[in-house]
Amino acid sequence: MFAYIVRRLIYAIPILIGVNLLTFVLFFVVNSPEDMARSQLGEKYVTAEAIENWKKENGYDKPLFFNESNKGLSSVTETIFYTKSVRLFMLDFGQSESGRDITADVAQRMWPSLALALPTFAIGIWTNICVALLVVMFRGTALDRGAVVLFVGLMSISYLFYIIGGQYLIAKMWRLVPISGFDASIHAWKFLILPIVIGVISGIGAGARWYRTLFLEVSHQDYIRTARSKGLSEITILFKHVLPNALIPILTGVVVVIPLLFMGSLVMESFFGIPGLGSYMLDSIERQDFAVVRSMVFIGSILYIIGLILTDISYTWADPRVRLN
Amino acid sequence: MRLSLISVVIAIALQLVACGDVYNNPYTSVSDDKIIYYSHFQEPPKHLDPAISYASDESLFISQIYEPPLGYHFLKRPYVLKTMAASEVPEITPLNADMEKVEEGSDQIAFTRFTIRIEPELRYQPHPAFAKKSDGSPLYIFENAASSENFKVIADFPETSSRLVHANDFIYQIKRLADPKNKSPMLGFMAQYIVGMREFSQQLGKIERNGWVNLDNHDMEGLEVIDDNTYSILINGSYPQFTYWLALHFFAPVPPEVDQFFHNPGFKEKNLTLDWYPVGTGAFMMTKNDPNSQIVLERNPNFRLEYYPKEGEEGDRELGYLEDAGKQIPFVDKAIFSLEKELLPMWTKFLQGYYDRSGEGHSNTHKFFDQAFVIGPNGLEMSEEMKSHDLTVTTESKPGTHYYGFNMLDPVLGGYTEERRKLRQALSIAFNIEDEIDIFHKGTSLPAHSPIPPGIPGYLEGEEGINPYVYDWVDGAPKRKPIEHAKKLLAEAGYPNGREAKTGKPLTIYLDVQARATTPDKQDWQRQQFEKLGVQLEFRSTDWNRFREKLLTGNTQIYTHGWLADYPDPENFLFLLYSPESPLICKCDGANNSNYANDEYDALFEKMRVMEPSPEREAIVAQMLDILRRDAVWMTGYHPLDNYLNNPWLFNAKRHGISKTFLKYVRVDSELRRQKRADWNQPVIWPVVTLGIFVILLFIPAVRAYRRRQNMTIH
Repeated sequence: MFAYIVRRLIYAIPILIGVNLLTFVLFFVVNSPEDMARSQLGEKYVTAEAIENWKKENGYDKPLFFNESNKGLSSVTETIFYTKSVRLFMLDFGQSESGRDITADVAQRMWPSLALALPTFAIGIWTNICVALLVVMFRGTALDRGAVVLFVGLMSISYLFYIIGGQYLIAKMWRLVPISGFDASIHAWKFLILPIVIGVISGIGAGARWYRTLFLEVSHQDYIRTARSKGLSEITILFKHVLPNALIPILTGVVVVIPLLFMGSLVMESFFGIPGLGSYMLDSIERQDFAVVRSMVFIGSILYIIGLILTDISYTWADPRVRLN
Repeated sequence: MRLSLISVVIAIALQLVACGDVYNNPYTSVSDDKIIYYSHFQEPPKHLDPAISYASDESLFISQIYEPPLGYHFLKRPYVLKTMAASEVPEITPLNADMEKVEEGSDQIAFTRFTIRIEPELRYQPHPAFAKKSDGSPLYIFENAASSENFKVIADFPETSSRLVHANDFIYQIKRLADPKNKSPMLGFMAQYIVGMREFSQQLGKIERNGWVNLDNHDMEGLEVIDDNTYSILINGSYPQFTYWLALHFFAPVPPEVDQFFHNPGFKEKNLTLDWYPVGTGAFMMTKNDPNSQIVLERNPNFRLEYYPKEGEEGDRELGYLEDAGKQIPFVDKAIFSLEKELLPMWTKFLQGYYDRSGEGHSNTHKFFDQAFVIGPNGLEMSEEMKSHDLTVTTESKPGTHYYGFNMLDPVLGGYTEERRKLRQALSIAFNIEDEIDIFHKGTSLPAHSPIPPGIPGYLEGEEGINPYVYDWVDGAPKRKPIEHAKKLLAEAGYPNGREAKTGKPLTIYLDVQARATTPDKQDWQRQQFEKLGVQLEFRSTDWNRFREKLLTGNTQIYTHGWLADYPDPENFLFLLYSPESPLICKCDGANNSNYANDEYDALFEKMRVMEPSPEREAIVAQMLDILRRDAVWMTGYHPLDNYLNNPWLFNAKRHGISKTFLKYVRVDSELRRQKRADWNQPVIWPVVTLGIFVILLFIPAVRAYRRRQNMTIH
């Protein structure tokens, strides 16, 4: 397994270079260093001198990919792409265009993101599995058919509707929790409960419907019939025989997102005023802060690769027949 | 079992209701022993360094902390300057090329010296940068990052101190504006005026840096410390508007030891910077800066004695703005600003009493206009729901103008011939800005008759203030000229019925807009305006970067733009059409996006801008406005009016169009707020109880079915 993981990590390098290149190209297709300078300097009284000064101080006074004025290797190294990329691979994210240390910001903002994303993820998965198993228990009945209709209905509703509807009903009309905000202390639960509830409910439709399909397929297997004929209770059959045998496809979809929970939720954090990495990314895009956008995409790519490796490892845990070679 | 479960749920619900407490209070760790002002902000500030910050969202905070030499009178309108850090109005000395004093208005003026005397008792807020060892050297200066690793935020420094402000601190800050490392947005602009600034900046750009550079060791030609409380700034030529710049935070004092403190090794990596932790002399100091969540300002214990103004404009007494006249300020001990990006939570918290007013930098009532206001027989009225909250309204006339401009270099619409003027005038008449204001701004703006908005010298009320090329004065009010007149002008311009006379081709005009600033319904309406003349309108909407690029390269036909004044002088609006400000002429981000070039106008502008306010100057302004109206450089425009709502416990909530220094004037009735919050936020429990009972009832048949299934036997 060790050799497999090392090999996967080596494969990750060209992927990360590609992601970085793509981010760079996409960003500079719509933004020029001059646009970035203006965005930071403001809209008024901006002189050409001020723009040039900003570019020089922030390292954007070089060509993007190829420096014709230099010869040899420096024609490549004396470019914006090289100077901005090489530090990333040493996990040195540097400073945002407005001068703040990105590593410090990420370290500060990851906790609110995790405080929201982890419970939403854990409760959501568990709820979806339980609901799906419950529906499977009544397979073929009116309850099963009604549940499928309900799941499709829940899937069809926009995520924004859940958020705004939840805020309107629970926070505005019923006044049960604060409508937005965050507290880094023990009182954080007060602010997190509503986004977690909304996150879980909004995921039930798609999650439970998918798991139901997986569980139904397993529930027709011979070993389930055998378990039932042995007189095991339905609860035991569902949790000890159906669920473990349906785990591989569940793990495929679930484990890969676990590291990405760290990145937070763009929309949820913005609506609920949670100062996590999701809103950090959104703010940076709006401010044309390339340093932060690039760093966050890079971190996201690393986490995704880690997620994929963890998924492979989890297969060996869920199914002992699987070997990583 | 069913009965017992239901009784448990009901019992819990009754317990919750019996508590009588509110559950939705977002302020979890706030003690009641202080008078607190609660508000919000929509955009996290990027910069709080007075040399760098130049956004209204940021001035919301730093205007309470930093004190430039001058400020604005809180109540008086039109806007009036007053002293702030200065003890008296700056002394202005015109000088000739030999640095000898000459008369005001003399054509020999080569320089102007501004001599500023500061308040002798002006003292900084407590801060660790001022803490000293027994030998008098700074306490918190570290040799390397490792020795300061235990200090992560300002609150980690146990020792603080303060000192009186010196004249040199103001000089030091101006040098900071010039330091290219600080990337001040003011550098390029101010270097045109302050003597020696450009050379000083170039000199600093060349020095080797290894840590803090003490700017006191580098001299800048135009600056002089006369004594501990007096300094002077020398500017090129005559520029009376420089006085207004002295009311901006760029000219507030920054002590060298604070600059040195924040240049400690390893501080920047922890975001311990002056850009994040402002240090000032104002009524408030920042004690918590988490711009992604909450910013807290607290009363500066070293703030000097200052009193609420005893005079205001007409009507202020009736509105209650003079009830606190002569009392010592500030009235509040603390201000908590929470980040609120989305409007629904912001508006909800305001109505629940968790914010004292509906907006700070932006009037958020627009988005909730139908809920907040109704159009009654007497015009705009507060809705019944808002009245039941006893809310008050503050209207702010912003010193700004939004406009539709013609590109004077455009081969179809531009140019200065009579035909082109008539073409532009015809389009101006057809485009009914009053309708746009009613439909899209819900009546809360004023049609613009010139670039100058109300409250700025040069704005005229009544018949003499209207644009006579677009309006007639009828029954004591301006009335848009009939569309037939516009059709006649269009025909005279060579486009009868909206078609080119020679070829018969329809006249098609392109409007360049930012994609985010337009909507399909607005575009439909805009098309209809030109269709009245048979003219076709096409839209070229792009993102902001591309839109700006078009303006910079003169690649527009009609465009929309806006301007918010930095200071209340007509010069700050009329320069928008001064030809050297054209981006194509200055090769910079000039403000004359219409690329208007009129020698007569330019000559009048050059004369007017160096004049002190006087009737003669106002006459020149009127003459310039006549030229602009005749040339129809801007198609139309409006001056924004914003309505802000205040909860009933907030007093002295008057808005100032230019200055954001308001916090030291506002007063809060904390007891009334506590009562209202309790009244307005009683939780509604029954839906949760009902839902709980419903879920339980749902489970009962499921459990029964499960049991039946488990006990099923095969016969």
